[in-house]
Amino acid sequence: MGAWLIPMSTSSTTEYQASTPTGKIANFVDTRVGASPMVREFGRKIFPDHWSFMFGEVALYTFVILLLSGTFLAFFFDPSMAHVTYLGSYKPLYGVPMSTAYASTLDISFDIRGGLFMRQVHHWSALLFVAAMSVHMLRVFFTGAFRRPRELNWVVGCVLLIMGLAAGFTGYSLPDDLLSGNGLRIIDGVIKALPIVGSYISFFLFGGEFPGDAIVGRLYILHVFLVPGVILLLIVAHLFMVVVHKHTQYPGPGRTENNVVGYPVGPVYAAKAGGFFFIVFGIIALISGLFTVNPVWNYGPYDPSPVSAGTQPDWYIGWVDGALRLMPGVLGDFSFKWDIPLPWGTNTLAMGVLLPMIPAAILIGTMIAWPWLERWVTKDNREHHILDRPRNAPTRTGIGVAGVIWYCTMWAAASSDLIATHFGVSLNDVTYWLRGIFILGPFIGFIITKRICLSLQRKDREIVLHGREAGVIEMTPDGEFRERHERLDDYRLYQLVSFEANRPVPAQPGPDGKISGGEKRRAKLNRWFYEDRVEPVSRAELAEAKTHDHHDVPDALAATGSRGTLEH
Amino acid sequence: MSEQSHGGPEHSGAVEHAGVEESGKYAIDNPGIPPHRPRLADEDPRAAKRAERQVAVLFGISIIGTVLFFVGYFVVGQIGPDTEIGTVRLQNMLLGLGTAFSMLGIGVGIVHWAKTLMPDHEVSEARHEVRTEEDRQVAVGMIDDIVEESQFKRRPLLRNTLIGAVALAPLPAIALFRDLDDSDNRSELATENFGVERLRHTMWDSGVRLVRDPTGTPIKASDVTIGSAFHVIPEGLNELPPTEHLNQKAKAVVLLMRLDPQDLQISPEREDWNVDGIVAYSKICTHVGCPVALYEQHTHHLLCPCHQSTFDLTQECKVIFGPAGHALPQLPITVNEEGFLVAQSDFHEPVGPAYWERG
Repeated sequence: MGAWLIPMSTSSTTEYQASTPTGKIANFVDTRVGASPMVREFGRKIFPDHWSFMFGEVALYTFVILLLSGTFLAFFFDPSMAHVTYLGSYKPLYGVPMSTAYASTLDISFDIRGGLFMRQVHHWSALLFVAAMSVHMLRVFFTGAFRRPRELNWVVGCVLLIMGLAAGFTGYSLPDDLLSGNGLRIIDGVIKALPIVGSYISFFLFGGEFPGDAIVGRLYILHVFLVPGVILLLIVAHLFMVVVHKHTQYPGPGRTENNVVGYPVGPVYAAKAGGFFFIVFGIIALISGLFTVNPVWNYGPYDPSPVSAGTQPDWYIGWVDGALRLMPGVLGDFSFKWDIPLPWGTNTLAMGVLLPMIPAAILIGTMIAWPWLERWVTKDNREHHILDRPRNAPTRTGIGVAGVIWYCTMWAAASSDLIATHFGVSLNDVTYWLRGIFILGPFIGFIITKRICLSLQRKDREIVLHGREAGVIEMTPDGEFRERHERLDDYRLYQLVSFEANRPVPAQPGPDGKISGGEKRRAKLNRWFYEDRVEPVSRAELAEAKTHDHHDVPDALAATGSRGTLEH
Repeated sequence: MSEQSHGGPEHSGAVEHAGVEESGKYAIDNPGIPPHRPRLADEDPRAAKRAERQVAVLFGISIIGTVLFFVGYFVVGQIGPDTEIGTVRLQNMLLGLGTAFSMLGIGVGIVHWAKTLMPDHEVSEARHEVRTEEDRQVAVGMIDDIVEESQFKRRPLLRNTLIGAVALAPLPAIALFRDLDDSDNRSELATENFGVERLRHTMWDSGVRLVRDPTGTPIKASDVTIGSAFHVIPEGLNELPPTEHLNQKAKAVVLLMRLDPQDLQISPEREDWNVDGIVAYSKICTHVGCPVALYEQHTHHLLCPCHQSTFDLTQECKVIFGPAGHALPQLPITVNEEGFLVAQSDFHEPVGPAYWERG
């Protein structure tokens, strides 16, 4: 199978003559561009299968849908802030002065067939794009897939996420409606708070004072050219590295650090992944057909005076907006607007705006640096192709959950007013609570998560040593009731025992034979990282447990290849 | 590529793997890939036939979806000035459902095909080193040779002047972006008003009448009853050209409210800034610049809907909650001889969010 895809050397005097249609096409292509090695490399390449590997695919596919729908929109959208009077089909805004950008957005929605649908597809895909990337990164983090040799790909992924936010934000502001205009004004306020350069960056961005008449055109070229171009390049690099490294796989029978177990690209994986693109597209189309997103015609054109209550940014901007809301601007008589007397006059630091940027910087910075941070702490510089089950890395999982809680608290704060109105509670109380959770939540989340991980590990041990609960209650001859336990087959058993117990690595002396202060701190962190752990069941323990088996614990039915009852 | 490798045999090129297979490492040895369990369709031709029919039905649904799309596009037809909004929504729904069925039919069909009929044997493939030690040594050697042949290291004069030239060369490209803000070349208004100084000034000036936003009708002090609130712009704003109009409006919008004068705590220097309890404050939030659009009449609080900064009108719009760092600037007002409310002057401090040069 596939032998005719590999043409004979073209340097031989008698040229190879293909006999099948596939062979003829392959021969034509191959003698001109030499594509056969690629088919050889990828045609049967093995990809491991797991539902959690789909998130990255969703992100990729939504990006493709964004390119397709965005191209359609660009044929009709006019990114100009020139002043027009709207004379289009949407009656409530007839005769209203507005920018050309807003008017052409209305035209796309109300005068072009399928325009509204494409706008909705584009917006929903954007929301899903960032969501899929985020969840994909969580999967990679919690399973330790960022470890050597994949650190650089993790960084590329981080940059992709940031570029995804940039793409979303630059696109969000293009229609020049009231809602996005106010969003832009918030950005302007944040930029102005930057020390020394803030007001100048603001002037350069807006071509003078806010809002000016330049910003939509500038965001447009960023949105349709620069940002997607960078994203496309990064995706290519990302996928290239996936091919170089081969995909990671979950621990399980038959899987080792030196192999990759799964389905070949052709035909199964290609069919599943290709089919999945249509499923993602279909679901986005379904949502776009049934649920309105960003009805800009309701908001009206941008005007610096009005604003509607209960406004929300797109979900992925929420965490930064929420951080702004959580920050108290004044505490009693202490203001976070600092006026600093300097020799040439007084300068102002708007700490109330600058401080909330710090959590975002910490989250993004830690995210990018994490592979190196963890490697420094654990001194683990080995290649990992087998993923960690999150429970088997309790400290990392706990830290991840702490980060998620921190992020989600900020995110929830962006809806503090809606939480207050929906649940009929005081807005101030919601903010106070969220401030409390913002500070304490990550610590509580870390402790609870770590405990849960350790408990799950203990449960795994329990199952390995004493078998799983069979759900069968038996009465012994003495009248005692007991649940029957059944041993796992070797395949399930292997999954539960095949992980490494990482013990703390004590401080190591440097080349000068002394233990440096940094090394001491590392060892301390390392101890904290690995101190609490549940060891996997050892060979001796398992043998010991087997000898203690009651006669009512049936031994494994496994490894015989039969479709035993255990497998259901 | 690596045929002419000079890599020493002493380098194995191996990077240590985690959990390398060694017998006895774990409680049991790796039992290998579990045996393949045949699916129904693998053993029963009727099940395979059934799966085939299911896939065909799904592809059929896709075809129907595509037809549905065209029904939405052509039967609902062209939209335009006479189209009801309901029709636009109906068309959007039909296009959406049509596309959804068309795509889901194909997608679910293919995945079902792959899962039921295509081979589902798990296969193992060996991993390889990302790069061998040999390749790396050759590469390092090449780079060393290239650097050596370029004489980059041996001729520091060339090196240093090159570094200097390359460091300076991009500066014009940065300077080119200076005119991203070219407003100082084209502003006809307020010619003395460039750079950050612009942020200090608004259209308000002595004698400028307070008019309603957006109609532009002036406001008599007697129109403003206790408890009422007005959205206010300076007179003349609406006559500005469009862009200048928005730029000035973004700074000049004001909220006008009347309270019982006894409720107001007024600092000595602002004694004459109100007219019988009528006070005017900048509507631009001092946090990040949203319009402070919500006035809670009975508590005399102004609330910014964006980040919930709350200002107490009775205490000269001091911040009592939320992220804003300083009070809303007050516009000193008075009445002219015709009884209309007018500004005494511009704001005494910059409106809106704090910035470095604000002072």
